Amino acid sequence: MMQFTDWDILRNLLLAARWTILLSLLAFIGGGLFGLLLTILRSMRNTLITRLIQGYVEVFQGIPLLMQLFLTFFGFSLIGFEVDAWTAAVISLTLFSSAFFHDIWRGCIEALPKGQWEACRTLGLSYLQTMRYVIVPQAMRMSIAPTVGFSVQIVKGTALASVIGFVELTKAGTMINNAVFQPFKVFAFVALLYFLICFPLSLLARYLEKKNHVAR
Amino acid sequence: MSYQLDFPSLVPFLPQFAAGLWTTIELTVISTLGGLLLGTVCAQGRISKDTWLRTICSCYVEVIRNTPFIVQLFFIFFGLPALGFKLSAWEAGVIAMVINLGAYSTEIIRAGIDAAPKGQWEAGQTLGLTRRQVFWHIILPPAYQRVYPAIASQCIIVMLGSSVVSQISVEELTFSANFIQSRTFLSFESYIVAALVYLLLAILMRQAFALVKRCTFKNPSL
Repeated sequence: MMQFTDWDILRNLLLAARWTILLSLLAFIGGGLFGLLLTILRSMRNTLITRLIQGYVEVFQGIPLLMQLFLTFFGFSLIGFEVDAWTAAVISLTLFSSAFFHDIWRGCIEALPKGQWEACRTLGLSYLQTMRYVIVPQAMRMSIAPTVGFSVQIVKGTALASVIGFVELTKAGTMINNAVFQPFKVFAFVALLYFLICFPLSLLARYLEKKNHVAR
Repeated sequence: MSYQLDFPSLVPFLPQFAAGLWTTIELTVISTLGGLLLGTVCAQGRISKDTWLRTICSCYVEVIRNTPFIVQLFFIFFGLPALGFKLSAWEAGVIAMVINLGAYSTEIIRAGIDAAPKGQWEAGQTLGLTRRQVFWHIILPPAYQRVYPAIASQCIIVMLGSSVVSQISVEELTFSANFIQSRTFLSFESYIVAALVYLLLAILMRQAFALVKRCTFKNPSL
């Protein structure tokens, strides 16, 4: 029988952590782009579009991420696309994070005083000019800290992809535990690795928030 | 290729869905109460004058907030028995949820406490109240009122997170959906039903929290 040293366990977990990081990055970028699109659409103040986006956000924030993963995983095969766990995980994490990103960024835009829009109107700026020169620069500064903060949620969300069979850090932990049967040690290592990814992000978010508060 | 959704075949399984829903509600209520209590106590620890207590409480908060819930759950359910703590799946699920909400609500409640004017502490102590009395009677109620919306959404997040507890075979809503789809092969339909129930539950919880808010908080100035 093969013996696993602590280093073997940790090394295999580290290899699996690459997938956690890659999945988080893809979800962050995909969700960011889609969330940006939603935010732009919403800022046009069309009632129908706003309603639709509100419904979208409500659905994705009101249904457990695990359910979203199941629905993506099984839903696509119903309409004839065979998706693997990797694609399903990327798609559902993208949709999930886009809803949250949209909510964060909309909040930042709405936090700006209404008078600024009116002032820009009075100065004869067009919608695009108002966005480009007045709204976006301020909203961006405000949104950086919560955006970084949400990236921690994405990293933690990727752990659920293990349930549909995608081998990332958590799944690797379960598999290694099945081989070595030292659950305390294995899951402590898994938790430690997640902590090492997430804690710096949390600290960064907190630092940015503090800096932002001082600046204003 | 087209596929007809078949919801009527799920009707015989309604009792299973109902049983799962009941367990989900049970888990949510218990862990909300337990988690908020734990969070309040730890928030008190985080502003204590004892450096050790403060450090322990902030380590707890940071460790829980920076690791995924599913890993915490596995650690409690699979890891702790190795040390001699035998837990049933249901107990492990509740403990994990309480510990999880405890950490998040510590941070939220502490933010509410931080916003309390320093003069309130001083005034309370001048009147001869101990630090603990000032905390529980003067600082805490308005602190709760200030951060109530954040607490409400965190509790809803914990309710949604309870779906993860199905992974250690606690028979809640997601577990029921899994079970039914394995019996009927109607995977998409089962999950749609469960997802809609979760959505409804989230909306109802938000209403319930708004109702509690109207009945509880009488101070309109905050």
